[in-house]
Amino acid sequence: MSRLGRQRELSLVIVMLALGGFVFAQAPQFLSASNLSQVAILAAIIAIAATGQALVVLTRNVDLSVDAMIGVVAFSVADILRLHALSVPLAMAYGVALGLALGIVNGVIVSVFRVPAIVATLGTMSVYRGFTFLLAGGRQVSLSDLPPEYINLARASVLGVPLYVVLAVVVVAIASLLLQQTRFGRQVYAVGSNPEAAAILGIRSRLVGFLVFAVCGMLAGAAGVLWGARFGTINATAASGVVLQVVAAVVVGGVNIFGGSGTVYGAALGALFLGLIANALTLLHLSQFWLQAIYGGVILVAVAADAVIVRRLQRAAAVRA
Amino acid sequence: MMNGTRALARWEVLLTVILLVLVWLGARLSPVFLSAQNFANLTVAEMEIAIIAIPMTLIIIAGEIDLSVESMAGLSSAVLGFLWAAGVPLAVGIPAVLAVGVLGGLLNGILVTRAGLPSLVVTLGTLALFRGLASVVLGPRAISNFPPAFTAFGFGNVPGTPVPWPLVVFALLAGVVALGLHRTWLGRQVFAVGKNQAAARYSGVPVVRLKTALFMLSGVLSALAGVILTSRLSSARSDAGTGMTLAVVTAVLLGGVNIFGGSGTIPGVVLAVFTLAVLQNALRLADVSTELQSISVGLLLIVSVVVPNLARQLARALQHARAERNPTRGAPERVPPYTPA
Repeated sequence: MSRLGRQRELSLVIVMLALGGFVFAQAPQFLSASNLSQVAILAAIIAIAATGQALVVLTRNVDLSVDAMIGVVAFSVADILRLHALSVPLAMAYGVALGLALGIVNGVIVSVFRVPAIVATLGTMSVYRGFTFLLAGGRQVSLSDLPPEYINLARASVLGVPLYVVLAVVVVAIASLLLQQTRFGRQVYAVGSNPEAAAILGIRSRLVGFLVFAVCGMLAGAAGVLWGARFGTINATAASGVVLQVVAAVVVGGVNIFGGSGTVYGAALGALFLGLIANALTLLHLSQFWLQAIYGGVILVAVAADAVIVRRLQRAAAVRA
Repeated sequence: MMNGTRALARWEVLLTVILLVLVWLGARLSPVFLSAQNFANLTVAEMEIAIIAIPMTLIIIAGEIDLSVESMAGLSSAVLGFLWAAGVPLAVGIPAVLAVGVLGGLLNGILVTRAGLPSLVVTLGTLALFRGLASVVLGPRAISNFPPAFTAFGFGNVPGTPVPWPLVVFALLAGVVALGLHRTWLGRQVFAVGKNQAAARYSGVPVVRLKTALFMLSGVLSALAGVILTSRLSSARSDAGTGMTLAVVTAVLLGGVNIFGGSGTIPGVVLAVFTLAVLQNALRLADVSTELQSISVGLLLIVSVVVPNLARQLARALQHARAERNPTRGAPERVPPYTPA
């Protein structure tokens, strides 16, 4: 199974290089520092959310409420900062904690009340989004209302690398370590690849399920905090529909939708790939109306390719045996 | 099996009681609630959701799901508007749009059955794909110069009655599908596939063809709902029907259809559709904001799965306790609780 993962990540890098080369040939400003950092900053936000989603998908679940969580966190953090109710670091911590709390709600509904993840998060998606609308009441927070320390986060850089990219790399590295080197990580893969066997081994799959939803909420909260600083102008519809990009990043990044195999850095690469596509459309003067159709097509191609590769590996294994 | 049927019967009785209580509350809230005009208003606003809920019921009973329905309704609206603006008469445009629905459903069906992909991801992909195609076809335009004969269908009533035309469509559809599902071998096959796909295949059920047909039905009826939506709003837009999937799935699950497949009834879903319609109408009459309405639909969706789950666990615990008190009757077979997939 790890071969499938590595194949996917390698081929994704090759596809991205080819796409990048093609776009550069048509529009040289593609490789300008400002364009690259624009792409990377947006991809970093999606990658952080996709890391959480990857953990959830690895356990054979899905969290459709991520964009609603990003939206409610982005709006409430921006609203708090507009009112100067908290200092910037405290407001950001509040945003992450709010995401964690919402993720815990999802985890409880799925693991304690045993509602299938798709139904639970389809429901909380509309509940969380509804709360954002109640909170916003038609208002919007604009860039000029926000303290400069907050907005400047999106422009800050560490040794020439945008701060957002550094944060995304740190999040992905921590999640990777957690998955590859800890007992919790092994349990996540075990629950996803064979729930019955995991139960026989004494793994508390419902606890694992609860934890991945909580982590997913926390990372969506972090993505929401970064979203607010990046866009500045935030209303109740902030990040609507981003769940498609997040799930697409995970699936394109080679995380098997049946659970049990895939990596978080694959998901992060998937986020970068989607960002490149959007950027290519802009630079090549193609209509942005194509974007959503392309994302849909990319999801379908990625899952279909997964199915083909898995079947080939199984056949190869059968021949060897 | 008997137990399941009885539990479902109880669920429908419960829904009927809830519906009657809501009607009573609505009548107390506002004097216009029981008027014929209000009845027409509350049903007509729900009919697109109701029409899509019928194929969704079949798909969920067969153990799959179709999240792309709202985008198919949007694509249908966009294509209809595009064709009309290009001078194609509606007599050609509407069949063309329905054909688009069939093709979209066929795409879902092939990816799920032939390629063996999970319907959740496939239809999440086509949710984006169909909506994207809708915006490619129509862009940000809204086409609204439809002929009055067409728009009258969407919000007009059958002459001399308070019955809106879309309700007639829904009633016919629900009647035919209810008979087909609950009274014919075809319906038995749908339940069989949802209960145990492998067993159904070995018993000669054409699983691939059956599921593909269900997705095609879902596609064509979603396209029909898109036509009705366009007619009711007298406007074709690429974002028509956004968010409708949630309402459809809520209606189906509230109607007592098991999300894991294998059980459910059309009468239950019809009751749920009207319960939701009355609830939304009563909330509107009580001046509850639309945000709270969306929150209440989301909560209702979760509750409609949690309550039967808890009831099943409680029933099992009671049965177990009874068996322990009276060991001669033999302990009931212990079914492990379902862990969410």
